Amino acid sequence: MLRVIVRRLLQLVVTLIGLSALVFIWLRNLPGGPIEALLGERATPERRALLVKALGYDQPILVQYGKFMQRLLTGDFGNSIRSGDPVTEVIGRAFPATIELAAAAMIIAIGLGVPLGYLAARHRARLLDNLSIAGTLLGISIPIFFLGYLLKDVFTQNIHWFPPSGRISTGVDNTNVTGFFVLDGLLTREFDATADALWHLILPALTLATIPLAVIVRITRASVLDVLNEDYVRTAEAKGLRHKTIRGRHILRNALLPVVTTIGLQTGALLSGAVLTERVYNWGGLGTLIYNSISGGRDYPVLQALILLAALVFVLVNLLVDLSYAFIDPRVRVR
Amino acid sequence: MQASRLKAAVALAAAAALAVGASGCAKSERDEDSGGAKTGGTFVFAGAGNPKNFDPIFNDDGESFRPIRQMYDTLVQNKPGTADLQGALAESWEHDPEGKVWTFHLRKNVKFHDGTPFNAAAVCFNFDRWFNMKGAAAQSQMIYYSDVFGGFAKNEAEGAGEPVYNKCEAKDDGTAVVTMNRYKGAFPGAFALTALSIASPEALKKYDADTVKQNGDSFEYSAFANEHPVGTGPFTFGGWDKAKGEITLNRNPDYWGEKAKVDKLVIKVIEDENTRKQELRAGTVQGIDFPAPADRKALSGEGFQVLDRPAFNILYLGFNQKNPKLKDLRVRQAIAYALNRQQLVQTKGPGGTKVADEFMPDTVLGYAPDVQKYEYNVDKAKQLLKEAGAENLTLNFYYPTDVSRPYMPNPQEIFTVLANDLQAVGIKVNGVARPWNGGFKDDVQQFGKQDLHILGWTGDYNDPGNFVGTFFGRAKVEFGDQAMTEMFDAITKADGTVDEAGKKAAWEQVNRDIAAKWLPAVPVWHAPPAIVVTKDVKGLVASPLTDERFNTVSVG
Repeated sequence: MLRVIVRRLLQLVVTLIGLSALVFIWLRNLPGGPIEALLGERATPERRALLVKALGYDQPILVQYGKFMQRLLTGDFGNSIRSGDPVTEVIGRAFPATIELAAAAMIIAIGLGVPLGYLAARHRARLLDNLSIAGTLLGISIPIFFLGYLLKDVFTQNIHWFPPSGRISTGVDNTNVTGFFVLDGLLTREFDATADALWHLILPALTLATIPLAVIVRITRASVLDVLNEDYVRTAEAKGLRHKTIRGRHILRNALLPVVTTIGLQTGALLSGAVLTERVYNWGGLGTLIYNSISGGRDYPVLQALILLAALVFVLVNLLVDLSYAFIDPRVRVR
Repeated sequence: MQASRLKAAVALAAAAALAVGASGCAKSERDEDSGGAKTGGTFVFAGAGNPKNFDPIFNDDGESFRPIRQMYDTLVQNKPGTADLQGALAESWEHDPEGKVWTFHLRKNVKFHDGTPFNAAAVCFNFDRWFNMKGAAAQSQMIYYSDVFGGFAKNEAEGAGEPVYNKCEAKDDGTAVVTMNRYKGAFPGAFALTALSIASPEALKKYDADTVKQNGDSFEYSAFANEHPVGTGPFTFGGWDKAKGEITLNRNPDYWGEKAKVDKLVIKVIEDENTRKQELRAGTVQGIDFPAPADRKALSGEGFQVLDRPAFNILYLGFNQKNPKLKDLRVRQAIAYALNRQQLVQTKGPGGTKVADEFMPDTVLGYAPDVQKYEYNVDKAKQLLKEAGAENLTLNFYYPTDVSRPYMPNPQEIFTVLANDLQAVGIKVNGVARPWNGGFKDDVQQFGKQDLHILGWTGDYNDPGNFVGTFFGRAKVEFGDQAMTEMFDAITKADGTVDEAGKKAAWEQVNRDIAAKWLPAVPVWHAPPAIVVTKDVKGLVASPLTDERFNTVSVG
């Protein structure tokens, strides 16, 4: 087991180094760049030349990459080109926001999705099942951007139930401990802040939860249906075991395997969904950061770090999925 | 595991219900707080992006200047709502006949936020600091300084030119004398630039303001720029909560001028334009900037105050004379006649937009009332094209996407209308859309790939050189790198004329010749950008230079 983990982690390092080189060179070959963004309408050839020199863009790209790697090994990702803040700080600020949003969305998706999927399967071809199928189809196909704006329009402009954007209201005092506003409020006993942060969290979390929710309902349903037809379930029923035991030990435990895989895969999709959701709700997380770093002038250092971070998360989530497989299904362990 | 997740979901739902209830209470309490108050309270304004930092000299964009304007003063300032000058930290000023020696008579009893006195020594400290700034990193960020003063004590850039600044002397506490190596038309208007705000020498030293560290391919600014900006302005720095995206400024009770009416000013960063509008409607912010032209009517219909700034900008259609066909004046004139600018203004311009005949607003010195105007005339356009033997012309027309500038709120729509006009006189147009920061500016200003393009400018101060000089004062790739020496020389001469009457006459002639003889581009329109505030906001004066100071603003 440990050997597997070590091997996978080594693979991860190699992947990241290769990716970093690719990203570094690719970014610098995109049209436009930080120079134009920094100079705006006031760009002159002299000014451009000075900035190119100051930023070291006049050196060969391999030299630039070498320096970047050198700094990276000391844990220095550089600074945001626009604000001059260390990239680690910039990402460190945005990271909790996105995790908070993604976690809330995932809680909604799993909390509703698994029971719904199970119920749909148990009531196959009846009203509940048909409703869930129609609902999931809609959930998967509706563009997240559209849904976000729709929910926002209805619940913040027509019915004023929720705030239009942001993570916390102006004027609410909150002490930033972990960067997770909901948690911070609990830690510092500023319950106002927690309530306000939750109030801001609901709409974006619902928006982001739609796709994973639909997917989880579908997979759970299909998977439970498969298991229901298995001999051991029939055997268990024939043995007259309690319904609860059958549901937990026989059906769900076996049916959850593909669901866990899906949850893992959805985590990646969740991050891309977060980019759009955050844009709609001005959430100030990684999604907003990615968008601004690209459109707001190609902030190379931030983008490089974000892409590497995304790759890291992706690989780690995959590793976790594989490990939890082994945990749930003894057969995998033998392999 | 399953059960605990379900529980968590239930807990979240419960907490959410609680939150809705709680926020409802919070709201109603807040309403009572600010009800009917003329002073005190908080003014929340939505910014469209993060400021870079708060050291005036290292900034050149509106989002950074918005908070900087509230914390600092300049020697000279723009009269609220106009581009005319009035005293600020300097009550009055004069210059010698050559325009080289500028004497500023300073306001007495002014203190910086850190309690240190404002005086002539402080003024000179700032001027000397700018001039002696070292390092490519720092100098590369001093856009406005190099615009106005050319070079530094030690130039990092090649071609930065001779420095304009010579020295600054504190004659006595109340008199600062700044000596220049030569006169520039930018003076005295440039002394009102936000970038040239006066900062506390003590704070500059204490927080190491001059150190712009280069870290790999980026810069790191000082503690002064990020956490301890100290000026003399009506608001003091309260903090910048980057996780929340809020900049908080507090009323400065010792301000020398009109003290702020609100206790607190919060600038809340909301990048998405649509969201800014929704926050305004939800009452969570009391002001937004640059509404889309299409939204203006709706917003004022809903009872918001849509304040038009007097237009201090220009949109133009540029010609790249690298294309030999466009080198022919007749072809350029044909294109000018072909454009139905009046119709463009009516269909695509924000309310109050005017057709432009010159490359500067008529409020700027040197605007000539009698330049050649190119009224919409299809026949004339066709005839000129025929004369020039350019009847089968095909042109690449570059326009930017995903950007909205005050002078160009809707580039794509503007392009469509102009391209149709050109096609109507038989010119084939290949539209090339490029993202603003993802190719448009590179292709147009560095590589000159276009035949035609749209671009523009918002003026910085009331000086023709800041408009016409910026565009046409030297050879530029944007216009085909043409050595139009006659035009360059005329502009240099006009810019160097000290005496007011002579300066006016020289610039008027430049404007006449640009229209009739040179026509390097076609001026399209002047569009007034707007700023929107809620009904209960009073005292906000919209400025043509977007130089709004919030000390006069009251809420409720």
